[in-house]
Amino acid sequence: MPKWFMPAAATCGLMFAASPFLIANAPYESTMGLVQKIFYYHMPSAGMFLIAAVVCGVASVRYLFGGDPRQDRLAWAAAELTVLFGALALVTGPLWARKAWGVWWQWDVRLTSSLMGWMVAVAYLLLRRYGGPGSDKLAAGLALFGMANVPFIYISVNYWRTIHPTTTVVPTLPVSMGVPFWFCFAAFLLLFVLLLRLRVRLEEQRARVDALYLSLDQ
Amino acid sequence: MFARIVWLVLRKDLTVEVRSLEIAYTTVFFAVSCVLVFAFALVREGQAPEDGAAGILWISIAFAGTLALGRAFERERQSETLRALLLAPAPRPAIYVGKLLGILALLVAAEAVLLPLVALLFQEDVFAHPVWLAAVLLTGTVGFAAVGTLFAAMLVRARSRDVLLPVLLYPITVPVIIAGVRATAVLLQPEVEMALVRFWLALLVAFDVVFVTLALWTFEPLMTD
Amino acid sequence: MDRTIVATMTALLLTGAFVATGSAQQPQQPEQQEQFLPIEELPPQDQLPAAPLLVTAYAFVALALFGYVLSVARRLAVVQRELERLESDVKGSRRT
Repeated sequence: MPKWFMPAAATCGLMFAASPFLIANAPYESTMGLVQKIFYYHMPSAGMFLIAAVVCGVASVRYLFGGDPRQDRLAWAAAELTVLFGALALVTGPLWARKAWGVWWQWDVRLTSSLMGWMVAVAYLLLRRYGGPGSDKLAAGLALFGMANVPFIYISVNYWRTIHPTTTVVPTLPVSMGVPFWFCFAAFLLLFVLLLRLRVRLEEQRARVDALYLSLDQ
Repeated sequence: MFARIVWLVLRKDLTVEVRSLEIAYTTVFFAVSCVLVFAFALVREGQAPEDGAAGILWISIAFAGTLALGRAFERERQSETLRALLLAPAPRPAIYVGKLLGILALLVAAEAVLLPLVALLFQEDVFAHPVWLAAVLLTGTVGFAAVGTLFAAMLVRARSRDVLLPVLLYPITVPVIIAGVRATAVLLQPEVEMALVRFWLALLVAFDVVFVTLALWTFEPLMTD
Repeated sequence: MDRTIVATMTALLLTGAFVATGSAQQPQQPEQQEQFLPIEELPPQDQLPAAPLLVTAYAFVALALFGYVLSVARRLAVVQRELERLESDVKGSRRT
């Protein structure tokens, strides 16, 4: 592992340990009260979900047309993190919505397109797990199609259901809420980079094992 | 050259199909069974729920389409003919277009049976706007089949391909299903809002253009070992 | 005399009819609400306690992240062991 990994992991652990105190000290939101504090983990999870999906898509396209196995390993790692952070966002979201909107789920644009994107990521993992030999290329194709699909899902669901929650509040956050939020966001970003590195490392070691088996056969 | 290879691939597929009609019969019968199952599940006191007919029509098309795609490429796999086809000195995109047109012909045939059936069972005035409805059905089917043909062709070499095809296909074709169902539902209402139909049709056409282009572009790298 | 009686009677009947129809328009709601327990006093979203939802959300995030790190670490350990075994095999085969 690279030199920066252990110090960064320690920093990340400390940040996550400190985040509950910052979140507890943040003021309550006027209309939603206590439950709004889910926001400090929900929004960074959703952000990492998006970043992971973009990393997976870009790496897949580069693998498909370049053929560099490093890009393929990166795409696989990012897809797994897309599923992980997507699950975090999709579970914390309804828990918040149950109190804030009175329902667990709304067929709103953001929710529906997130769910569909998450399903594509799950399909990607299923393909890699059960597709057998040659599934790396197929998975890259799936990621490319999934990326191209995002605007269509967004437009179609937006037109089908036009109920919007006001989630574009981040730039207008007051300092007392902004500091814990950006702290949590930084912690999640650091965690994302660390997990991605760790997961890519796993694929690298697997590739080395495969190469060794091949060399033993010869 | 390109058009000729498309025609040859299409003619080969149609000739094989016409000899046994295996996929055509099974697909149409499966689609009809789908309609009946949904009718048993949803119809209360002789009435389908609002927009139910449009949804049932599209679900049946999607399910039957998946079945047809799986079978069409299973046939190619069994005798390794897809490999032979790909080894032929022909542009890969032409092969893709030929296969796509074959699947399209099959699905359009299934729709020709489904549409009167839905009209009959749900008392829907399907033929009030025949041109618009045909346009919606055709663009939607093209979008579904464009993605489906590419994925089914890719999966020919994969393990557990019969399960993976729907798993990959449905999340990607969600916009087609939404747009198709919405546009059809609007067209089946007594007072048709043409602006809505035009919007969904435009979305379907855009989807078709983007995904057929993408499929033509990626068929070559995806199908090389 | 008769006229005034008839007029008052019709007026009474009409008001009675109005009251009857007025109350007939929304008859069920108060009756049904009498059956409910006092929980109904606040709107439902105020009834939901926020703390369990909040705790569930944070607990899920913590557990999921912990579980994922654990699973990656376990998979890495397995691969690492295999790698070491293979490397020693390769060295052994070179020596002989």
